[in-house]
Amino acid sequence: MSLPDKPHLTGEIFDESSALSLNDLTRMFAVDEQRVVEWVEEGVISVIEVDGAHWRISGTQLRRARIALRLERDLGVNPAGVALALQLLEELQRFRRERASGRS
Amino acid sequence: MEFKDYYKVMGVARDATEAQIKQAYRKLARKYHPDVSKEPDAEARFKEVGEAYEVLKSPEKRAAYDHLGSGPRPGEDFRPPPDFGSGFEFSGAGPSGGGADYSEFFESLFGRAGAGGARGGRRHFDTGRGEDHHAKIMLDLDAALSGGSRSFTLRVPELDADGRLAMHERVLNVQIPKGILPGQTIRLAGQGSRGHEAAGQPAAAGDLYIEVEFQPHSLYRIDGRDLYLDLPVAPWEAALGASVKTPTPGGVVDLKIPAGSHAGTKLRLKGRGMPASPAGDFYVVLQIALPPASDEKARTAYRAMSEAMPFNPRASLGV
Repeated sequence: MSLPDKPHLTGEIFDESSALSLNDLTRMFAVDEQRVVEWVEEGVISVIEVDGAHWRISGTQLRRARIALRLERDLGVNPAGVALALQLLEELQRFRRERASGRS
Repeated sequence: MEFKDYYKVMGVARDATEAQIKQAYRKLARKYHPDVSKEPDAEARFKEVGEAYEVLKSPEKRAAYDHLGSGPRPGEDFRPPPDFGSGFEFSGAGPSGGGADYSEFFESLFGRAGAGGARGGRRHFDTGRGEDHHAKIMLDLDAALSGGSRSFTLRVPELDADGRLAMHERVLNVQIPKGILPGQTIRLAGQGSRGHEAAGQPAAAGDLYIEVEFQPHSLYRIDGRDLYLDLPVAPWEAALGASVKTPTPGGVVDLKIPAGSHAGTKLRLKGRGMPASPAGDFYVVLQIALPPASDEKARTAYRAMSEAMPFNPRASLGV
């Protein structure tokens, strides 16, 4: 379905080739710098490059940041708990994938 | 309208304490949270639980709700009494779970304003730039394979002129970049909140960030940028080798099955996965399908096979 009277919007993809700054993240998620620093310290998101005060964060980390925000808001999980949850979710996903490919 | 028994949703007694309600909420929220749950109706259940908690955690809303009694019998039509909420004072606490998307029942009692303000986005007072918004869309794998325009309806909470929260629907036609992968984000510049005029200068609007997830596909599984297909083959095709027709995202191809293949053998078609940059691969995972021994001819063939090939499939179990 598409509406002819609506403009077609073209966006920009964030993936591993996009490098975001600390500022980009604080603006996107309306959080303060301290929160992003805490995510990095606890391993919720990782930084690809540290050049003095300039951090470069891959676009693939946005999903992790988003899950962190939701788990903090909805379940009261702190950043260390989010990092653990993300790690367990990844393991669970790998396990499900292997089982689906019959390699169990 | 259907009456909602919030105590039943939360699985607590009508005289449950605040602590018990919070405990029940956390437990259900962990079970149904869309980011961690694999329950088929997780998203809907999570919203329901979030709404029940929104009412029961607030002493004012809970008192007003309790005043309704236990409501009509389940399934019976419910109308809020005209004097509902009179004598109760509501303070607008921010919504906890599920955003500001409440049922008709909730809205008939507490109004949309009863949900309190939208998630407090930080305004950019320095520049007056509008807030960034976030949304999630479920995409068909086919749309990601071919790219092209797709239309999505988003429910957006917005404050109206009186400062009340209202949901309105917004239709967006988005150009889906070919080869987009689950978990990636599309930024639509200028599609967030309007800017706040600062010192008479018009300010830039915020951006809209769209989180992309995929609907499960009937044939293919996606893993990163690779695609997987389970392909059933006959025992003789696996044992003797064969060329078989195989669906791929680019169309049906003839796939060569090497002799001596077994269940779980993985065959790779390089570059035929997601058309990302670099392109992913397409994996075919073989599954052996047994022909049914449904008539005498087939049973004879199976007997001939067992006589021709002494084979113990349980040799590795030591029996």
